[in-house]
Amino acid sequence: MSAHTDKFLSIENVGMEFDTKRGRFEALRNINLAIDQGEFIALIGHSGCGKSTLLNMIAGLLYPTMGAVICDKREVKGAGPDRGVVFQNHSLLPWLTCFDNVYLAVERVFGEIEGRPKLKERTQKVLELVGLSHAAQKHPDEISGGMKQRVGIARALSMEPKVLLLDEPFGALDALTRARLQDELMGIVKQTGSTVVMVTHDVDEAVLLSDRIVMMTNGPSATIGQIVPVDLERPRDRLKLVAHPRYIDCRRQVMEFLYQKQLRPAA
Amino acid sequence: MSAAAGIESTSPPVGEAKPETAKLVMVPPPKKRLSPTLQKFVEVVLPPLLGILLFIGVWALIAQTSGGRLPGPLKTWLSAVEVFSHPFYVKGPNDQGIGWNILSSLQRVGFGFGLAAVIGIPIGFLIGRVAFLNAMFSPIISLLRPVSPLAWLPIGLLVFKSANPAAIWVIFISSIWPMIINTAVGVSRVPQDFLNVAKVLSLSEWKVMTKILLPATLPYILTGIRLSIGVAWLVIVAAEMLTGGVGIGFWVWDEWNNLNVEHIIIAIFIVGIVGLLLEQALILIAKRFSHEYKA
Repeated sequence: MSAHTDKFLSIENVGMEFDTKRGRFEALRNINLAIDQGEFIALIGHSGCGKSTLLNMIAGLLYPTMGAVICDKREVKGAGPDRGVVFQNHSLLPWLTCFDNVYLAVERVFGEIEGRPKLKERTQKVLELVGLSHAAQKHPDEISGGMKQRVGIARALSMEPKVLLLDEPFGALDALTRARLQDELMGIVKQTGSTVVMVTHDVDEAVLLSDRIVMMTNGPSATIGQIVPVDLERPRDRLKLVAHPRYIDCRRQVMEFLYQKQLRPAA
Repeated sequence: MSAAAGIESTSPPVGEAKPETAKLVMVPPPKKRLSPTLQKFVEVVLPPLLGILLFIGVWALIAQTSGGRLPGPLKTWLSAVEVFSHPFYVKGPNDQGIGWNILSSLQRVGFGFGLAAVIGIPIGFLIGRVAFLNAMFSPIISLLRPVSPLAWLPIGLLVFKSANPAAIWVIFISSIWPMIINTAVGVSRVPQDFLNVAKVLSLSEWKVMTKILLPATLPYILTGIRLSIGVAWLVIVAAEMLTGGVGIGFWVWDEWNNLNVEHIIIAIFIVGIVGLLLEQALILIAKRFSHEYKA
C-alpha cells in the first residue's frame, strides 16, 4: 500500500486485536484510508464497530496490532500534541480553570520557544476563537456542557495540531447547542485549514461537516464498508442544505448503509 | 420535662407560630404553621438533644441501681468541674493536670501520625503508579494490616528501649496502612480520560504528577488521613495504659488504681470529644480541597 504514503495522513492495512478472557478478539481488520491535508473526514458506524478505536490509533493512544498509521511521513508510535484530540466527555481537568486547562497545552507545545506573556496571549486568543473569553477564569463544573466541549476544542486547537481528532464531540449535547457548535466548528476549520477526523453517529452531522463520510461495517472484524464523498460547496448552510438534492442523496446513501446493509440485530 | 423547656427557651419569638404556652409546646401545631427557625430547630437540634438527655437518663438510672459503685451524671459533672479548674498543675512526674495529659497524648499521636503520613503517602503513590511495586508490596500489606496495633508494642519497647518512642511507634505502624492503601487506590483510580489527556499533551512526568495525579488523588489521600487519625487516637489510650508516663491513657489507668471512677468516666468523654474534634477538623479540610473536584 505504498501508494498511500504520499498522502498527509494514511492508515495502512491496520488491524486491531484485543486479548480478552475468551481469547483474541479482532476488533478491526484491514483498514486502508488516505486523507489529504485540510480534508474533513467523518467516521460513522453503529456503536461497537470500532470507530473510536480507529480514532485512538490515529491519536496514538492505541497501537495497531497490524499495519501502521502514517502522519506527515512518520509512523505514529505514540500520542503527541501534533494530533489534537477532542474527547467525547471533554476530559477537562476539574481542578484547573478553563484558562489553565488550555494553558497547560499551550505551555507544553510552545513553552520552550515563547515567554509567558506570549503563551498567555495564545491561550486568550484560542479561547476567543471558541467564544469563551468571558468564562476563562471559571472552573469546568461552573459552565454548561456546550461550553466545556468548546474548551476541549480550544485546548486541542491551541496546540496547532497537524490533525484534529474529534471523538463524538457533540454527542452529549442537546440539539440546539450541537447545531451551534457544528457551525462554529465549520468556521474554525475554515479559518485554520485543519485536517479533521471526526467520529460521529449522527448522519446529518456527518453530511453537514465532512468532505468524505467513511462508513464502517459492524464488528467484530469491522472494516471500512463504503466511502461517500460529500461534494457540497462550502461554506455550507444547514437551512439551504435541507432541500439540496446532493445533500439528500448523501444522507440517503449513509442511511441505506447503516439501516439496510449494516442493520444490527436487536441486541 | 426538660426537652419541652429546651424548646421554649430557644424558640425565637416570631410570628403567629410562636408557641407562647407550655400547652402549645407539648402538642406542636401543624408543620406548615411552624416558623422556619422553629422548623429547623425541630429537625436539627431537637433529635440530638433528646438523644443526649436519654443517654444521661439511662446513665443516672444505672448509677442509681448500682448502689453507688458507678457515679451518676451529677457527681461526674462536679468532679469534671474540679478537674478542669486546674488543668495545668504539675505535682511530680506521674501527677499532672488533665491539660498536660491531653497534650502529651496529642503530641504522641502527632508524631506517630505525622511520620506515617510522610512515609505512607509517597509509598502509596508509588504502589498506585507502578503495577510491579503493587504486586510486590500488597502481600506484605495484607499480612501486616490486620495485626492488632498493640501487638507491635513489645517490638517498639525492644528496639527503642523506652516507653515514649515505643508508643509513637505503635501509632505510626497502626496509622500508616490506611494512608498507603487509600493513596494507592486513589492513584490507580485516576480516570483514564485524564491520563489520555496527559498522553496527548505529552506532559512531563513532573507535570503529570502535579497537574493530574496529585489533584485527582487528593480526596483519597484526605480520606486515608481521616481514617488514620481515627485509628491513631483509638490506639493511643491503649498504648499509654501499657507504657505509663503522662497521657490520657495513663491517666485512665492511674485513676483505676486510685478507684476514682468519676475520673475514668471523664476521661472517656475527653477521648470521645477530642477524637470527634480531630475527625471534624479533617472533614473540614477535606471539604475545602474537594469542592473543586466534581468530575
